[in-house]
Amino acid sequence: MSIEAKSIHRETFVINLGPQHPATHGVLRIKLTMDGEYIDDAEPIIGYGHRMHEKMGENRTYAKFLPNTARMDYVAALFNSFGYVGAVERLAGITVPERAEYIRVITAELNRVASHLLWAGAFLIDLGGFTPLLYTFDDREQILDLLESVTGARLTFCYYRFGGVCNDIDDEFVAGTRQFITRLRSRMPMYHALITKNIIFRKRCEGIGPITADVCRRYGGTGPVLRGAGVAYDVRKAEPYSAYPQFDFNVPVYPESDCMARYLVRMDEIVESLRIIEQALDKLPAGPVMAEKVPRFLKPPKGECYFNVESARGSFGVRAISDGTDKAYRMKLRSPCFSNLSLFQECSRGMLLADALALLGSLDLVIPDIDR
Amino acid sequence: MTLAELSTQLQALQGSTVTATDHSKQGVNLDVTITSNMIPEVARLMGEAKFALEAITGVDWLAEQQIEIVYDFTCYATGVRVAARTRVSRETPEVASISAVHPGANWHERESHDFFGITFTGHPGLIPLLLPEDADFHPLRKDYGT
Amino acid sequence: MMTLLHNDFVLEIIRLVLYAVGLIAFAAFNAAYLSLLERKIPSWFQLRYGPKEVGWWGLLQPVADGIKLLTKQLLVQRGADVVLFKLAPAMVIIPAIMCLATIPFSETLVPRNINLGLLVIFSFSAIHVIGTMLGGWASYNKYASIAAARVVAQNIAYEIPLLLILVSLVMITHSFNLHTIVDQQAGGFWHWNVLRLSASPLMPVAFIIYFICMLAESNRAPFDMVEAESELIAGAFTEYSGMGFGLFFIAEYANIVVGCALGTILFLGGWHCPFGLLPGLHWFLIKMYFLCFTVIWVRWSFPRTQFYGLLNLSWKVLIPIALANLMITAIMLKLF
Repeated sequence: MSIEAKSIHRETFVINLGPQHPATHGVLRIKLTMDGEYIDDAEPIIGYGHRMHEKMGENRTYAKFLPNTARMDYVAALFNSFGYVGAVERLAGITVPERAEYIRVITAELNRVASHLLWAGAFLIDLGGFTPLLYTFDDREQILDLLESVTGARLTFCYYRFGGVCNDIDDEFVAGTRQFITRLRSRMPMYHALITKNIIFRKRCEGIGPITADVCRRYGGTGPVLRGAGVAYDVRKAEPYSAYPQFDFNVPVYPESDCMARYLVRMDEIVESLRIIEQALDKLPAGPVMAEKVPRFLKPPKGECYFNVESARGSFGVRAISDGTDKAYRMKLRSPCFSNLSLFQECSRGMLLADALALLGSLDLVIPDIDR
Repeated sequence: MTLAELSTQLQALQGSTVTATDHSKQGVNLDVTITSNMIPEVARLMGEAKFALEAITGVDWLAEQQIEIVYDFTCYATGVRVAARTRVSRETPEVASISAVHPGANWHERESHDFFGITFTGHPGLIPLLLPEDADFHPLRKDYGT
Repeated sequence: MMTLLHNDFVLEIIRLVLYAVGLIAFAAFNAAYLSLLERKIPSWFQLRYGPKEVGWWGLLQPVADGIKLLTKQLLVQRGADVVLFKLAPAMVIIPAIMCLATIPFSETLVPRNINLGLLVIFSFSAIHVIGTMLGGWASYNKYASIAAARVVAQNIAYEIPLLLILVSLVMITHSFNLHTIVDQQAGGFWHWNVLRLSASPLMPVAFIIYFICMLAESNRAPFDMVEAESELIAGAFTEYSGMGFGLFFIAEYANIVVGCALGTILFLGGWHCPFGLLPGLHWFLIKMYFLCFTVIWVRWSFPRTQFYGLLNLSWKVLIPIALANLMITAIMLKLF
């Protein structure tokens, strides 16, 4: 290699992938140094959608910041709210009623399914296949209808409250969710026939874009990216929160570390999420959905805590520091996509452009989540 | 490495105070307070113990004229979470970069540099990450905008 | 006046003009309405309606698209090679229309019955590659340059198996004349070249290879490396606006029509009925549009191949099979 590198004249050129590019799903810019179609260096340049959510967390009351969390990862907005209310509840020592925890799990898992479905479609678009997106959108639409009926929003949900959720779910929602579970289960074989078994899809994913467990550890990569590298790390199991310890579910793990593994992890997670939702609906306890005696103007005692949840993209964490006033002293938001993207530079080195875009797509990035 | 062993090793570092915390209250298993010059040692130790860096949080303590930096480490195998914290002076916040051991720290440190103006010595390229490239302000400092 | 009409030369001129106008209209009509089908057909696959606002069933959508393209300014990027940039769309569209000139649509409806018709088509269809490459190159855009390099590699790779298949076909039919080739396939579908197993048992495979190569040659998905919108934005056409882009667009469909028409003639018996009844133009069109439908169907069913996968497919799979087919055909011809 070194002899070749010295004797052969190599000419590289710089090409800007983004900020507006079909494959970056938002305002992400990647400065590519290319040698022909091979990538010498890919430097992600982020911050085009930066809104300084952390400062907003400091200069408004706890309740006023709540809607902000849904604007970060808008594809799986409930998880950010989940992490935020979880952190504040831990800080203020609020106990959430059992029923509210169940409802949180049901809605969050529905959101995870919606997010993974959207990802599967968008990933296929990155690979040049358009049709699966319309099918996954069709199923995602059912979830959005369900969530809309209970949260009142279709994308930027603001449903969780400190101490519970703002609306109780009704029989219609329960029946609709059960119907949806049956429907999606019957459609999973169709997805596998349409996508997983497609020869071109397999060729473009198997062995492409390796992200090893070690790379994940060094860069802090989590979520399906990590589980696609053979590490069974899931916050729901590792640091159980909410009602998750009461449900029986598996953590899908694929050791191949390639795009296919990450795809399969997400497809299996959809099935697992459906199992969780079904169990939660079966065991749904009666009772209130809001804790009593949550003050209208929340003033958590002085202190600091960390709370993290397994979002659709990985470990979403909140480090909240309170100084005893009605506004947080510090509200650190740890987004999974941020760390997942930071490993792209190392992993894409030497790859072909099209393969690197498959790798980028398989990371499941939501750019506003990175930029915050 | 068990939690107790890790705790002992961290305790052995010069100037460190290790507190075992209640995970259900604090969200972390170990809370390590240490002088800023020992941060690379902590990072090395955590790297050897196969911990991943999850986040770097800066906190501006205006009253004490100090900036606190919290490193959140997590272990994928055990789910153990360790927070290492150090304080530096607010005038010249400076701490050694740990991006050589944890490459993921690169972006986290750039972000903290953006928001707090902390200088991470030995960082390969401390240029603004989320803020505009010509940004000369540090928005998360408590006196910003007042 | 009467003497003029009796003059063969004048008649020939009139015939030429009529055919020229007809062919251009045919190409343009196909581009317009295949593009409508390109939206309608996948809309059936994809649980949606497709165009339905402009005209009944969206039938006027191509007209609206045409007006939109015509009213857009043709921008030339600073630094671009203006002459080549403007020449490239013409270099892509003209050969595609020229190819149609030797296609026999039916027994009597053939613009120019040339003895070397097959050769003429392949000579002309090779030019559009150069047009696309120049378009990408002259754009002064890195994405377009990458696409320009891709189109050359891709077309070289796929011309070879295509020509190998055609050589074996010509060996069987002993003719370059498309009319003659179709005439040999009269009688019923078992006489078609695609099922002419007595000449070479690999004929059905040869047809599939022809179809794959045709997709690759006309830069259609899953081999649309030149456009590759999720990688190269719009590839070689990134900098083209208005009718410059429109011409590439028409040329793409004209190439599909040529490819499908040729496939019909060479393998599927041209204007002959599968059961030996009522031969005529309608059979030709049915077969050709069925192939066009398949092209669209394939596009919306598969993701895009990887570039090296595309080249590997040609050099490692298609060319060896095409060579084997050639050898078998030669041996069979010698033996029987």
